[in-house]
Amino acid sequence: MSALFRFPLLLLLLGFACLELHSQTAIKIGEFASLTGKEAAFGQSSHKGTVLAIETINAAGGVLGRPIELLTEDNQSKPGESTTAVRKLISRDRIVALLGEVASSRSLEAAPIAQGAHIPMVSPSSTNPKVTQIGPYIFRVCFIDPFQGAVLAKFALDTLHARRVGVLSSVSSAYSVGLAKYFRAPYSAAGGTIAIEQKYSEGDKDFKAQLTAIRAADVDAIFVPGYYTEAALIAKQARELGLTVPLFGGDGWEAPELLEIGGTAVDGCYYSTHYSPENPAPVVQRFVKAFQARWGGETPDAMAALGYDSALVLADAIKRAGSTDGARIRDALAATQEFAGVTGTTRMDADRNATKAAVIVEIKDGRFRFLKAVAP
Amino acid sequence: MPRAHQILCVALAACFGVWWFSDRIDPYLLDVITSIGINIILAVSLNLVNGYTGQFSLGHAGFMAIGAYLSGACTIFLGPQWLGPDGGNPWSQGMLFLGALLVGGLSASVAGLLIGIPSLRLKGDYLALVTLGFGEIIRVIFQNTEALGGALGLSPIPAYTNILWTYGFVTLTVFVVVTLTRSTYGRGFLATRDDEIAAEAVGLDTTRYKIVAFVVGAFFAGIAGGLYGHYKQSIYPTGFDFTKSIEIVVMVILGGMGNTLGVILAAILLTALPEVLRPVAEYRMVLYSFLLIVLMLARPQGLFNFRRPGAKPAS
Amino acid sequence: MIEFLQQLLNGLSLGAIYALIALGYTMVYGVLRFINFAHSDVFMVGAFVGYYLGRLVPEGTVWGALVVLAGSMAACAVLGMTIERLAYRPLRGSPTLNVLITAIGVSLLLEYSGQVFFGAAPRNFPPVIPSARISLGGLVLSSNQLIVIFGTCGLMWALRLVVLRTRIGMAMRAVSLNPQAARLVGVNNDVIISFTFGLGSALAGAGGVLYAINYPSIDPLMGVMPGLKAFVCAVLGGIGNIPGAALGGLILGTTETFVGGSSWSTYKDAIAFAVLIVILLVRPGGLLGRPSIEKV
Repeated sequence: MSALFRFPLLLLLLGFACLELHSQTAIKIGEFASLTGKEAAFGQSSHKGTVLAIETINAAGGVLGRPIELLTEDNQSKPGESTTAVRKLISRDRIVALLGEVASSRSLEAAPIAQGAHIPMVSPSSTNPKVTQIGPYIFRVCFIDPFQGAVLAKFALDTLHARRVGVLSSVSSAYSVGLAKYFRAPYSAAGGTIAIEQKYSEGDKDFKAQLTAIRAADVDAIFVPGYYTEAALIAKQARELGLTVPLFGGDGWEAPELLEIGGTAVDGCYYSTHYSPENPAPVVQRFVKAFQARWGGETPDAMAALGYDSALVLADAIKRAGSTDGARIRDALAATQEFAGVTGTTRMDADRNATKAAVIVEIKDGRFRFLKAVAP
Repeated sequence: MPRAHQILCVALAACFGVWWFSDRIDPYLLDVITSIGINIILAVSLNLVNGYTGQFSLGHAGFMAIGAYLSGACTIFLGPQWLGPDGGNPWSQGMLFLGALLVGGLSASVAGLLIGIPSLRLKGDYLALVTLGFGEIIRVIFQNTEALGGALGLSPIPAYTNILWTYGFVTLTVFVVVTLTRSTYGRGFLATRDDEIAAEAVGLDTTRYKIVAFVVGAFFAGIAGGLYGHYKQSIYPTGFDFTKSIEIVVMVILGGMGNTLGVILAAILLTALPEVLRPVAEYRMVLYSFLLIVLMLARPQGLFNFRRPGAKPAS
Repeated sequence: MIEFLQQLLNGLSLGAIYALIALGYTMVYGVLRFINFAHSDVFMVGAFVGYYLGRLVPEGTVWGALVVLAGSMAACAVLGMTIERLAYRPLRGSPTLNVLITAIGVSLLLEYSGQVFFGAAPRNFPPVIPSARISLGGLVLSSNQLIVIFGTCGLMWALRLVVLRTRIGMAMRAVSLNPQAARLVGVNNDVIISFTFGLGSALAGAGGVLYAINYPSIDPLMGVMPGLKAFVCAVLGGIGNIPGAALGGLILGTTETFVGGSSWSTYKDAIAFAVLIVILLVRPGGLLGRPSIEKV
């Protein structure tokens, strides 16, 4: 080809080579989340926290002198999609580690694949114990439902003085079924009585039938271990039926929509979660401000905080491992002791679950108020 | 050996060949190819019911669920006894898997019989809704069965599915469906579809043909469900709902009701397309539904059907 | 006893909503002999239109609520007529299977476009009517429940008036009995069918608003289950029969509520489908319907 073209072409090729070189040096971390679909609220929140963490790490020079590249796949909150997304991330995009997911059922889908490929997986907020039981490459940075159930059982008896509780749980959500199960045992063992148990399905709007039955059972409090979408309506309808007893639930309640939809009905209700933005600890407040600055004034919720911590814990493990080899990262993750994050101190126990404190939030005057922290 | 059987043997040999070299293929691609295979089985089996026999069933995902759950239960609960403490050798694993798949398929066909006998007396819209109802009832039952995991789903199911099993069954399904439709049964199916009253009038037992189509379709849907379960390694009741049935129905309609080759092509297209459209995954279902409407308005015989449009029944 | 009465009341208000949606199904089937799958999604659109209108009008006023209701009904009527014109009219004369598939396509299109445009997360419907609690002995009534019950009765009575007492109602009945004969006596079938769709969709829109007032959490898939259950009601009462839809709504609403309040509450959804199957097998004409003779 003519001499006129050769020089620019060479420059172009060099340019591409440089680009290639740069992208080759980035450490690829995969993330799969429910960015669209029914549980988009949780997935988006978690994703925003993770992105903020990665950006913060990269701004400080990255890990092992290399920037982190976050590759995200959306599973649309649908069952069956996570497997394909994760397979793609592992074999096509060649990630070294995986972050995800918020919902236990979708983590359970992907975990066998990550385990089989020896890719360490860190779930930010799946609380069902089965997730980490899949294999030694699966970790989580949040507490598990047996702990959350015990915390809530203790809370119901000691703080709410509720000796008789009605349980209204969802049959179609793995999270709800699990949390209800892990509440029953400690509550009954400590002397409480589960006066009545009623069920509903995700997407239901009318709970009057179940609430009427609960009303007739004369309970001191109602346990609703479901998601905020139904919890808000349940609270409203309970109040409409004349039930004045408090309702309480788990971390699935955490979303601003709970207040929007529930209105005054959710005042005087409680739920357990992983963190509170009102925590005065400097690390939390710094995180809240950074999140608000990055995402247009939005206050981070527990999912965002856990998404943030999961990325930080993973990056820290890679640094300690000193390499991007899956087995080394896995060992470094398992050895995580006293990692100080925004959701408290993460310490990986023998089952690769984090022993963390839980936070009880009270809803008062239409706002989430931090009530107290419960240590493990 | 009759020609059809020769083709079957060649196809099976080809599957074996592909499987032999399968570890050279990128796992993600393998993933998509396996998905395509499972969807082909689903679409071809539904085509037998909807396309060839004209019975509009919207509950196919229910049969898939039965196959998935029962075959998964077999491998999880009966597997350890059969394989022994060391996990068994590939031969015994293969036997276990085959047994589990057959259990799944046969249970689904029994369900098909039980559902078909009362429902197939109904026509058109009513049948569609009754099959939809049955599909939902099956889902609710599995959701409430704690032994099979309930809402938590059944997991972990051992990953026995690979290209050989999948495409072996694809070949088998297509073989059975095509030979069935070219036999006297096939004439019966088409007669039932084209004009049920006239068929009855000339003495055909249309109920029998409808039930046979339904049961065979359910069997292969159960097999596909079993393959699906051992491939995704975890199954949830919500994964077998109305939406899944609709996805299979779209493949059948896109391919042309009653056109097996068209349906296979449609299954390939509609499985590969979401992967290609991953960046715009949100719009996928919008596109599908739009496609359905446009197809019915412009080309009701389906995209891949190059023969005459579907016959009009007597009004 | 109190609990029984309370559940009965709950069942009535639930059944009233199902009946309202079922009316639309039954009317369209009566005239066109096909099940408009997209009806439940028009119901959803009604709720969303009400959501946007509700943010424009001041909360808690009666005229504001009426504006929201009327606006929703009008918007849904237009939507229904548009769907009929674009998707169903070209297929008149095609095998019913094709129309059924198209209806499913329209339904899915509305649902998934809704998810894309409105987001799948539920939104809070503004409280256009202030909710009051009325206590009668041990029974607790919400004013919303009463509004739903009386609103449904009112709309049904108005519908019956239109169908039985007006000329256009007479034309509708003519088309439903025999389209060709109706055309012979000078009825413009296209106009009548459009009108039927518009009327049915307006009812669905009203149903959407009333539903959203009672259960103020709306999302693009909110119509799926209520729609299916309303269809069961329509079939239960006899499809094509207006009082039948009301009766069906009553029966299904109360049955579902009683099952929901019992220990079998997990099978609440399955009940509706079980009822559908039983009715179609035992008495396909429905409770108030007449068995039709098919002429070959």
